[in-house]
Amino acid sequence: MKVSDISNALELQIFSGSKGLDGEVRGGYVSDLLSDVMGNADAGHIWITLQTHKNVMAVASLKDLAAIILVSGHKPDENTAAQSEEEGIPILGTKLGAFDISGKLYELIGKK
Amino acid sequence: MDGALHYEYNVEGGDFSRAGYASSQIKKVLKGMNIDPGVIKRAVVACYEAEVNVVAHAYSGAVYFDVESNLIRIVFKDEGPGIEDIELAMTEGFSTASTAVREMGFGAGMGLSNMKRNADRLNIKSEVERGTTVEIIINI
Repeated sequence: MKVSDISNALELQIFSGSKGLDGEVRGGYVSDLLSDVMGNADAGHIWITLQTHKNVMAVASLKDLAAIILVSGHKPDENTAAQSEEEGIPILGTKLGAFDISGKLYELIGKK
Repeated sequence: MDGALHYEYNVEGGDFSRAGYASSQIKKVLKGMNIDPGVIKRAVVACYEAEVNVVAHAYSGAVYFDVESNLIRIVFKDEGPGIEDIELAMTEGFSTASTAVREMGFGAGMGLSNMKRNADRLNIKSEVERGTTVEIIINI
């Protein structure tokens, strides 16, 4: 499933990095600890977090993540969005909390 | 495999806006070579953790990155407070990071264990109030 399919299905806001919307999603990871994501997320994952600073993009890029979903109405910092544009890794957003959006994403892609 | 390669990058202590820059350069170099993607993934995780440690704890540092015929060697050398008890620092969950650094999602005490898990060899030398040298070796 593509990032854009997930974005549409879960009615996510697209903040930045729209050139990566065609990227293929192979799973998801939920964490606000960067080392946890570095150690345990995998390429093609969607990362659900409330962290909005630029280092989130460094991690997403180093791990070849498909996209980031910011929860609870959080918005990316300006330089975070700028790097997302540059790297073509989309930052998406939802008003839902991590539990609810994770459940919906799991319904969509997790039960394979 | 091409001949041996050597690169150096600076890492500034405290400058989180550039954290990960050296790691992303190293990743680009490795991706341009005929190296197994799984090996690159491990190198990138270990490298990023070491880079973040320099940014979070040291005043300044440098990375020396070498690709030899059968291994990748990444050495982070910093000037900083050093590590008092390396064994304790290696304990999962142990961290001396500041509250500000923790609020960014760093400093969970997972960095060194991530390095250990992903490197084939990890050598740490440290002198208190002088600095720390971390050598990461990944077999190709």
